Amino acid sequence: MNIAIKTDGLTRKFGDFTAVAGLSLTLPAGGVYGFLGPNGSGKSTAIRMLAGLLLPTGGSGSVLGLDILTQSEEIKKQIGYVSQKFSLYSDLTVYENLDFYGGLYSLKKTERAGRIEKALALTALTAQKDLPAANLSGGWRQRLALGCAVLHKPRLLLLDEATSGADPDARRLFWQLIYRFAAAGTTVLVTTHFLDEAEHCDRIAFIQDGAIIADDTPENLKASLPGALYKIPSPDPVGLLEGLSAQGHDMSGAYIRGQSLCVRTVGAPPRFAGDGTQKIAPALEDLFIYLVEKKRAKRHRP
Amino acid sequence: MTRLTALIKKEFIQMRRDRITLAIMVVMPLFQVLIFGFAINTDVKHLAAAVFDQSLSRESREFIEALTATEYYDITCAASSLQEITDQLQAGGVKAGIIIPPDYAAGLKNGRGSQVQVIVDATDSIAATSAINTAQLVGESKSREILVRKLRAAGIAGLETSALDVRIRPWYNPDFITAFYMVPGLCATILTLTMILTTSLAIIRERERGTLEQLMVTPLRPYELMLGKIIPYIAMGYTQLTVLLLAAKLVFGVPFQGSVFLLYLLTGLFITASLGLGLFISNTAKTQMQGIILSFSFIMPSVLLSGFMFPREAMPTFFYYLGYLVPITFYLKIIRGIVLKGASAEQLWPQILVLCAFIAIVMSVSILRFKKRLD
Amino acid sequence: MILETLDLKKYFAGKQILKGISLAIKRGEIFGIVGPDGAGKTTFIRSVLGLYRPDGGSVSLFGGAGSEYPKSRVGYVPQQFSLNADMTVWENIALFSRLYGLPEALWAARAEKLLDMVWLGDFKNRLADSLSGGMKQKLALICGVIHEPEALFLDEPTTGVDPVSRREFWQMLYRLNRAGLTVAIATPYMDEVELCTRAAFFNQGQIRLVGAPAELLALYPYKLFAVRADNLRLILRRTLDLPVRAAYLQGTRLHVALDGESGLPALEEALAAAGLGAFAITPVRPTLDDLFSFAAGLPGPAGPGIGRAADLAPAAASSGGAP
Repeated sequence: MNIAIKTDGLTRKFGDFTAVAGLSLTLPAGGVYGFLGPNGSGKSTAIRMLAGLLLPTGGSGSVLGLDILTQSEEIKKQIGYVSQKFSLYSDLTVYENLDFYGGLYSLKKTERAGRIEKALALTALTAQKDLPAANLSGGWRQRLALGCAVLHKPRLLLLDEATSGADPDARRLFWQLIYRFAAAGTTVLVTTHFLDEAEHCDRIAFIQDGAIIADDTPENLKASLPGALYKIPSPDPVGLLEGLSAQGHDMSGAYIRGQSLCVRTVGAPPRFAGDGTQKIAPALEDLFIYLVEKKRAKRHRP
Repeated sequence: MTRLTALIKKEFIQMRRDRITLAIMVVMPLFQVLIFGFAINTDVKHLAAAVFDQSLSRESREFIEALTATEYYDITCAASSLQEITDQLQAGGVKAGIIIPPDYAAGLKNGRGSQVQVIVDATDSIAATSAINTAQLVGESKSREILVRKLRAAGIAGLETSALDVRIRPWYNPDFITAFYMVPGLCATILTLTMILTTSLAIIRERERGTLEQLMVTPLRPYELMLGKIIPYIAMGYTQLTVLLLAAKLVFGVPFQGSVFLLYLLTGLFITASLGLGLFISNTAKTQMQGIILSFSFIMPSVLLSGFMFPREAMPTFFYYLGYLVPITFYLKIIRGIVLKGASAEQLWPQILVLCAFIAIVMSVSILRFKKRLD
Repeated sequence: MILETLDLKKYFAGKQILKGISLAIKRGEIFGIVGPDGAGKTTFIRSVLGLYRPDGGSVSLFGGAGSEYPKSRVGYVPQQFSLNADMTVWENIALFSRLYGLPEALWAARAEKLLDMVWLGDFKNRLADSLSGGMKQKLALICGVIHEPEALFLDEPTTGVDPVSRREFWQMLYRLNRAGLTVAIATPYMDEVELCTRAAFFNQGQIRLVGAPAELLALYPYKLFAVRADNLRLILRRTLDLPVRAAYLQGTRLHVALDGESGLPALEEALAAAGLGAFAITPVRPTLDDLFSFAAGLPGPAGPGIGRAADLAPAAASSGGAP
């Protein structure tokens, strides 16, 4: 098996704060992998260590067979990185941004022009190529950032909340691009807070407090959620939730979805469920919330 | 090489897009050289003075005329009491008070001699020095004139000239035109200011905008980034130099004694040294505000210590040697040497060597300090 | 009525960003402002708050005229974190409170309550800079409501915020709303739109649809079907030319919009021809995500102008062939 990323006890401390605490994982080449976790859980720090932007304070790791401690410059030639912050030049046009990054990856003139054309077509930005990047809206900028990051045909793409702030359609288009790269053999590692996106990943690692707390396929992860989810229709789900809380029911896992209240119970359907209550399949978001709250409950317990 | 050209191209595009900054960079030096060139004149003339002439004689009038003839004094007030002079000085209405005693004419006539008191407002030391020197000169020449007249009256001739005649020949700037001295110095100062400031922000700006993070994940090497940030501004520095030199020649008529080619060549060293220093600041500071403050806290003292306005020879030893730590000190010698004295490269080699060493140090420190990491 | 705009227009550099927005928000609502990037949502909020001068039409807050309104009656949480990063959580709250001239006795008690509500009680003395994204946004919300405004405008406050923090953020909004706060919120999350009492879909500077979530869903004009298949991703890798109104991946399923059931055989045929293998098509009820796609009027993944990723994938990998 060809390994794209392998880390062993990867750790990063900032002062006395441990952002990443002994992260060990092995990702085979090819496929789309997701890092999920709450804000501040260490996902970005982990990705930055893989990209050679941060030095680990402990543990070891390799990216595309290259050591992240000693060969980070070699790694940089073979990876593409898009971060949550739009970090392209807003005073350059779309084309000029691409041309600049093409130059940074030492692409010769003619070759560069060809690849830029392809990147423009791929990201559906050909019509915008002479617009200053500042005039692009969120989703377009992110596609431009992706375009800049793939000019050198990287073998690994690190996308750190690349779709943050994009609208649903822009996100769909972005994910379509991710898939096309994956299909062409590029390994893709993404972090996202849109859990509907994460459903598309081949494998997902849940990260919390700098450590992996679950690591599996989306299907297996969802199946691991204990108990069952019920959807209780109600014209006033907020009132229902508050009423049930007031009656002493444990509503910690409950949430409102449209005109209904979703409740997770272990065992039988909740006693308070009325007509029309449906058992529903859990989504990744349900698991995410379950995992985060489980951890939090543990932390708040003396 | 492709990476470096890509960086340089990008910097030029950004420079071109930011029209306002570009205009400021070209026009500001012109304004500065005009303002400084015309306004700064260490040779203080036409000082307002009050005269309290208690003698009211032919002799006292002669002395006052001799003073005004120097153009250093403008008698703006005929005071009628000592108190009035004090008041005028206090209020700042006049910078000097001349008090001629009642027995002035009599004293000269009977050979006892006489005293003229000149009170100078020394809050402005340059003006005061100028006033004092003039008053002393006029006093000396007047007394010699009177002495000669007396000797002649006593029948002794042939003593019109002094026994010792020191003849001073001011070379290079015989008319003591301040602008000739100031304008080349201004070129040095303006170049320091703009070059250090622009590069001091160059890297911090990319850091604050988040673009540096993206650069760091590319195979870009630190030296390429540093060179890419410097080379476009060398062109900018040369543009400024050209604007400044044209103004010096066309507006102030500064004579160009030496080789313009040599001046451009050596200015390149100075521009690079200043840019390197700016990069060093940019690598050290964390925010744009820190960068600006660091730049100014370097630029201000280095201009003062360089000898741009105040002669370095007059500085206490410690500060004199401190001046050797800043590149502008050496560049001032180069530009004044070439423009005013026609100095050649052989005569300037110590300065050239020092600037080269300076560039080597700041650039290597900047390159070594720059880590392609976020921590 | 909290807000009423009539034919509101705004231009930037000759480009019309708002093309006549007429909208009314009633007291007690949680009003969602939705639309694709660049639809004019931020411009609308800023024009309403008087941060931009409208180029046409009128704005009325609390029944007043123009952009004149008592600032203390409105709260605003802008898109970008606009708190002081080098001040602590408590200092930030104190600053905003003092800007509104609140006495310490009043705001300190409110702040304690609000902080506890969103689990920030333990972070009072933490620098705002070292808070996580979710915490920063909760702090921004607290600062926006510390003066107890009647109306709160939020511009994509939960962007980049994790699902748990987002829920807590909304729980707080709900509580404030129950206590009488009117909320207008721009969001890219359709699950948040479901939580609104009403929402307006913006596109290209105009309002396309407006109404309660259930009413909006009733406006969906097509028949929606979900396709399940094992190798559904194949759809994403290729540019398919399906005989449909729209087709896009929604979670683990492919959503296709048809004019009616009569289009199903053609769809099945096209999917089989695309090599999808075994698949199942079931009718589904549209969600707000589907409505968004419809309202945004954008083509689905089979849209034009998309090149081949293999063109920019590593040579070794692409020659090796896709799995």
